[in-house]
Amino acid sequence: MTDFDPVIGLEVHAELLTRSKMFCGCAVVDSTAAEPNSSVCEICSGMPGSLPVINQRAVEYALRVALALNCSIAETSVFARKNYFYPDLPKGFQITQYEFPLATDGWIEIDDPSAPVSSKRVRIRRVHLEEDTGKLVHRERHSLVDYNRSGVPLLEIVSEPDLGSADQARLYSLSLRSLLRYLEVNSGDLEKGVMRFEANVSLRPAGSVELGTRTEIKNLNSFRALSRSIEYEIDRQATLLRSGKPVAQDTLGWNEEQQITVSQRSKEEAHDYRYFPEPDLPPLHIDETWVEQIRADLPELPAVKRARFMSEYGLNAYAAGVLTAERSTAAFYEAAIESSQGTSPVKIANWLSGDLFGLLNEAGVEIDQSKVTSEALAGLVALVETGQISAASGKAVLDVLFAEGGSPESVVEKEGLAQVQDQAAIRLIVEQVLSNNPDQVSEYLAGKPALSEWFVGQIMRETRGKADPARVRTELDAALLALNDQEQSQSGR
Amino acid sequence: MAELTDLSMLEAASALRAGDVSSTELTRACLDRIRAIDGDVHAFLTVTDDLALAQAEAADRKFKTRPGEELPLVLGIPIAVKDVLCVEGVPTTCGSRILEGYRPPYSATSVTRLVEAGAVILGKANTDEFAMGSSTENSAYGVSHNPWNLDRVPGGSSGGPAAAVAARMCFAALGTDTGGSVRQPAAFCGVSGLKTSYGRISRYGLIAYGSSLDTVGALARNIADLAPIFSLMAGHDPLDSTSVTDPVPEIRLNGADLRELRIGVPKEYFIEGLQPEVETAVREAIDAFRGMGAEIREISLPHTDLAVPVYYLIAPAEASANLARYDGVRYGPRRGPGKYPDDYFVTRGELFGDEVKRRIMLGTYALSAGYYDAYYGQAQKVRTLIKQDFDAAFKDVDLIACPVAPTTAFGIGAHGDDPLSMYLEDVFTLPANLAGIPGLSFPVGFDSDGLPIGMQFMAPHLKEAQLFSAAHTYQSATSWHTSWPEL
Repeated sequence: MTDFDPVIGLEVHAELLTRSKMFCGCAVVDSTAAEPNSSVCEICSGMPGSLPVINQRAVEYALRVALALNCSIAETSVFARKNYFYPDLPKGFQITQYEFPLATDGWIEIDDPSAPVSSKRVRIRRVHLEEDTGKLVHRERHSLVDYNRSGVPLLEIVSEPDLGSADQARLYSLSLRSLLRYLEVNSGDLEKGVMRFEANVSLRPAGSVELGTRTEIKNLNSFRALSRSIEYEIDRQATLLRSGKPVAQDTLGWNEEQQITVSQRSKEEAHDYRYFPEPDLPPLHIDETWVEQIRADLPELPAVKRARFMSEYGLNAYAAGVLTAERSTAAFYEAAIESSQGTSPVKIANWLSGDLFGLLNEAGVEIDQSKVTSEALAGLVALVETGQISAASGKAVLDVLFAEGGSPESVVEKEGLAQVQDQAAIRLIVEQVLSNNPDQVSEYLAGKPALSEWFVGQIMRETRGKADPARVRTELDAALLALNDQEQSQSGR
Repeated sequence: MAELTDLSMLEAASALRAGDVSSTELTRACLDRIRAIDGDVHAFLTVTDDLALAQAEAADRKFKTRPGEELPLVLGIPIAVKDVLCVEGVPTTCGSRILEGYRPPYSATSVTRLVEAGAVILGKANTDEFAMGSSTENSAYGVSHNPWNLDRVPGGSSGGPAAAVAARMCFAALGTDTGGSVRQPAAFCGVSGLKTSYGRISRYGLIAYGSSLDTVGALARNIADLAPIFSLMAGHDPLDSTSVTDPVPEIRLNGADLRELRIGVPKEYFIEGLQPEVETAVREAIDAFRGMGAEIREISLPHTDLAVPVYYLIAPAEASANLARYDGVRYGPRRGPGKYPDDYFVTRGELFGDEVKRRIMLGTYALSAGYYDAYYGQAQKVRTLIKQDFDAAFKDVDLIACPVAPTTAFGIGAHGDDPLSMYLEDVFTLPANLAGIPGLSFPVGFDSDGLPIGMQFMAPHLKEAQLFSAAHTYQSATSWHTSWPEL
């Protein structure tokens, strides 16, 4: 059986979070929620005589992304018309960049949080600006069209075919999503359609350098659909090739119900988009000083931050990856360290990525909406680390903080969770438990040392978990030793 | 006083200021005249009586409440607007069935600037469908007739505006010029017509035909009347990214000294097929300029003969995309069985006229994969050569003088089914559009049939002021522009 290497390239379309649309002043609204056609004017609905004007903010956002992707910025880029007929395309052409894109030749390192070190560099072929289309809503006997999304700025990011598996494709798109969110140019809400993917997939015999015939899977709207469809397409092409059949160049769709790719059109009816320069827009000149300003204002990017978290805070790659995946998480973490006055960053990381993440995920809450402040988390970890409360109590305190907010100290006090540190008080309880359980004491003395754990349990129950377990053990050991000595001296008499 | 509608625009403006007449009276006089003669001329597709009278009343109030103030010269002046310029709420059809009943939700910037200055909109004037034509015969709503001879065309595509001005149904009109569409009908109808520099007046709300060639212009009874209209409409518009930010020049019409003026006469514009009477009248006008002190030089614009083929690649290519939006989905009538894509085919097939379909097909072909370089790409290169011809010529001369069209107004139906012979009507006007430079057409005589002959001035990009001062000096010394058709 021949082995094949998959060769995968991705085109990612990301809506830009500008206030207004790409070529008009209409507000960008959530097109999954807003009243249809409520944010529409003569420009984005393609009324006769209207003209586009470039949204400078969209260009700035695009430059942020292009610079973060290490691209070369074109001094002059050109908008073009891509001609085709469809009811969601009000002008009968889409304004996009074709021959002269905004930026080219970049790269991104994709991070696999499960791998020890990050590592794969994926080359970016081009980054360009365009406008989104409207949306069709299909009813039983007719279709309706909503132009709220028409003209929303769209960034197209095209990779080289550097991805070797569905998993790498998924990681690449996750890294892009993380990057876009870091740059605050895209919400990353895939369910709202703000990021869409197209995958080019081909196979070649393992080790070969020649590319095979590729297929293009369009309109992938989730990471799951992305990796599933690529996996499916790799299997499908491999089966064809192994049985000696050629792969047909094709544009495919992903059928979510049946989990299969479906041909959308064949090469013979391929579109001729008749691109030509958009005469209504002069070439876009990008001022070098503007680019440098944007470059200087770029935030620390995920890969850099991750490396820093490892070296500065002693986190392992996994923890650093988790904590830097979102800018807000990383910011929360560093704010917690800032207010912690010396608590181990690793301990804070554990509480954040373990316990607090668990609560956030369960409730579906973003970290910046959480009632647990970074200060509160730092305070909580400090209470546990200094033994003022037990780890178990710490989790209980976190539950309360998560539900109600407030400071960990006040929760500890209100719930009476402070550990009993008083040696005399603990000694009293130890003696009480021992005298209440003479049978167990006898068994212990007769040679069942494992029973000491049972005594600890009894003592903790008696104190409702508040006793410092370390002190309990010290006092218990001392008391048992005393009883043992007593027994020895009696029998020796 | 003579008939109110016989006044020039500036005379009417003076009468308004003197209190001799009200805007309402001027407007009623125009509306009455439209009612009386437009059945024969068919210059208008829509007459906006109510809007016009309301605007006239508003203008009269301004004259009353702000006497002595310097008010815009167009205040209270009734004008016509070519039906390819959007006027909010007023049917705007581009002479096409595909926009039947369409009322734009906004006004063109050029229109807005005039309306804000107080101009009165009488209605929408006829045009070849989507401004594609040289005679108004391509209007889906019927041909306009030349007021000098109703069997002749008024020229096109701004034939409606030119006929309306010549027949004194309005004091001025807005037109558009993509390949000669203001200048040629102005010449055919014996009025003055200005094609502005590309980028000088916002195209926002001008329903696009050839986006890199389209310009807004104006037609009036003389050069002086055109000046205030130009000055109001010109200037940068943030809604049109191709509109220039250069300051609008002051137009001086105080009898310029022509002794400093160098006028170039391109030999390529006096060719076989030029009607002898046209050549004679134009040469006489040039002589008149020589007589007033101007220096006349023969020049060469060597790529002139390529203007027609280049234009008929670039304009249709742009049009093929510009007209893609007419699909019946959002506005205009929809035809077909009620499904995609069949409705597209039927709507566009039934509602576009032949010439529009011809140009869409031409343009689609020119942009097709495998043909782009040979056609559209090559045309852009030759366009640059044509521009360079002008750049070189304007190093030696200030203005270029030439005929506007090879002939005077031809008969309705004369070009019949021969689109190519019709395309050649534009041979002298297309180069200015390809080069983006301004042009001015003004009457310089009549042929033996009594039809007006026009001459064209072209000037360097953004040098409209030069056109105005020279042509106005000519009109101050001649009377061709004061003859009117009897109607």
